[in-house]
Amino acid sequence: MALLDVQNLCISFGGLRAVDDFEIHVEKGQLYGLIGPNGAGKTTVFNLLTGVYKPNEGIIRLDDVDITGKKTIEINKAGIARTFQNIRLFKGMSVLDNVKAGLHNHYKYSSLAGIFRTPAYHRVEKEMDERAMELLEVFELEKEADYLASNLPYGKQRKLEIARALATQPKLLLLDEPAAGMNPNETKELMETICLIRDRFDMTILLIEHDMKLVSGICQELSVLNFGRILAQGETGSVLNDPQVITAYLGE
Amino acid sequence: MKKINKSTKNNLITYGIVVIAYVIVMLLNVTGHISSLMEGLLVPLCIYVILAVSLNLVVGILGELSIGHAGFMCVGAFSGAFFSMCMKEAMPAMARFLLALVIGAVCAAACGMLIGVPVLRLKGDYLAIVTLAFGEIIKNLMNVLYIGKDSRGFHVSTKDMIALGLEPGGKTIINGPQGITGTPHDASFTIGIILVLLTLFIILNLVHSRDGRAIMAIRDNRIAAESIGINVMKYKMMAFTISASIAGVAGVLYAHNLSTLTALPKNFGYNMSIMILVYVVLGGIGNIRGSVIAAVVLTLLPEMLRGLSDYRMLIYAIVLIGLMLFNWSPKAIALREKYSLRRILGKTGTKNVSENRTEE
Repeated sequence: MALLDVQNLCISFGGLRAVDDFEIHVEKGQLYGLIGPNGAGKTTVFNLLTGVYKPNEGIIRLDDVDITGKKTIEINKAGIARTFQNIRLFKGMSVLDNVKAGLHNHYKYSSLAGIFRTPAYHRVEKEMDERAMELLEVFELEKEADYLASNLPYGKQRKLEIARALATQPKLLLLDEPAAGMNPNETKELMETICLIRDRFDMTILLIEHDMKLVSGICQELSVLNFGRILAQGETGSVLNDPQVITAYLGE
Repeated sequence: MKKINKSTKNNLITYGIVVIAYVIVMLLNVTGHISSLMEGLLVPLCIYVILAVSLNLVVGILGELSIGHAGFMCVGAFSGAFFSMCMKEAMPAMARFLLALVIGAVCAAACGMLIGVPVLRLKGDYLAIVTLAFGEIIKNLMNVLYIGKDSRGFHVSTKDMIALGLEPGGKTIINGPQGITGTPHDASFTIGIILVLLTLFIILNLVHSRDGRAIMAIRDNRIAAESIGINVMKYKMMAFTISASIAGVAGVLYAHNLSTLTALPKNFGYNMSIMILVYVVLGGIGNIRGSVIAAVVLTLLPEMLRGLSDYRMLIYAIVLIGLMLFNWSPKAIALREKYSLRRILGKTGTKNVSENRTEE
């Protein structure tokens, strides 16, 4: 049984079919890539999977649970976390608090406990601090824990966004162009980080990426989107050699 | 000794400032150095501080522009005073005032929640306009509201006093534009300071808790907050309601500091809302301690300058501009950084969040 099972997913904006008959099956523990030219509908797929848009047709199942048309927060609770193409951090908050915000639904105490600082508050906050620091250590951000998120350099902001998504303890992690704007060295480092996340957290990852080196380096399977439709799907090597895919990317 | 964390230390400094200010004022009062004019300003000072701090929760922490804060204060003032008038003879003053505070807070919170449901779906300028309208509606509603009491119970009208149809022995409690007359004078500077401390306690602790983090996450990026499972509407409502209820408390304090309570543009109109907003903005958006200081300075300033008669509002305006530059101009921020107290004292310390903020 696939962890993520999407069938016949469609959405239209006005007359434009942004995503048409999209299908994907991601197995547990897989690193799956979603590629395609600009405007192909990749981010729209992510927005459909995370409930930002409601699909016109189709079924999305996560771990055998139907999550089609649910709200973003319910989908997050069901087990999908994501990062964004244009980084969306909580810029006015510290690096540590960004991750602690991600822990929101897993470490709880009542509002009154928070205001009156009861023992429960201190205990849970301490647990949150420890858990958040653990996550930051994975991404080598522990030294910057007290920094404002907006003061981090670009590459670290990307990492922090992934750390925050992981804090919600997802089953499936969606990464939207994690290597965008990174130099080759940073990209290489990121590839290692992504593999590390998969191994360490036993995570299933679906990622959108333009950097072919990254995609061919770490993804086991790929789907190629073009004009909202699937152009090719399957093992990375064979998909990247598909003449149709080469045409879509490089032109005739 | 147990290490106190940074936020707790910062909070303690804020409480300390308030307590020290209280002690100084009390000492001056005992030694007779406070003019009667200043004495009359002490309770309003507490009221403005409470209002500024509570509005900062919405404007600074939640990041939504609300300019109807005086409306919530008005609700609190009238509901609290109404209760006190009904119970004037029935209860001891202290218990009655405490209950009035609770009732004012609850009524204002209910109002906040009620208008929060539709209004919090708006944001930015739209939210500002609707909250502005709310404040005006409440003020005008109070001007046409007549409530009387006789042996048959309460009578309500929105027309005039005669329409109440009171029996001969009946008493008008809320008398339209004349408002409530004869509210017991229960407020004092000490109670005001206690309420200021309570407000600070609630807001500062809230901000540094799980809920506060969720509220700030929504401020910084709503879409990302949703993506990590934070219930945006719930936390917006929470911030808005808490802010409204504290404004209600300020209103009760206001009502019990004057013998006559009327809803005028001067005290509950948008001028008041804007004034509170000015305290928040000039004290630094999201900076609770700044709100306290700005509210005190900007309330005292016009009074201190009374001697300059016509020029005082001019100077007030110049100070506002000066403060704004001091707060937000990059050059002023660089200068502040260079000559900061911390550096002068030779403490380098660890790079903390607030330092980073000023570096932006």
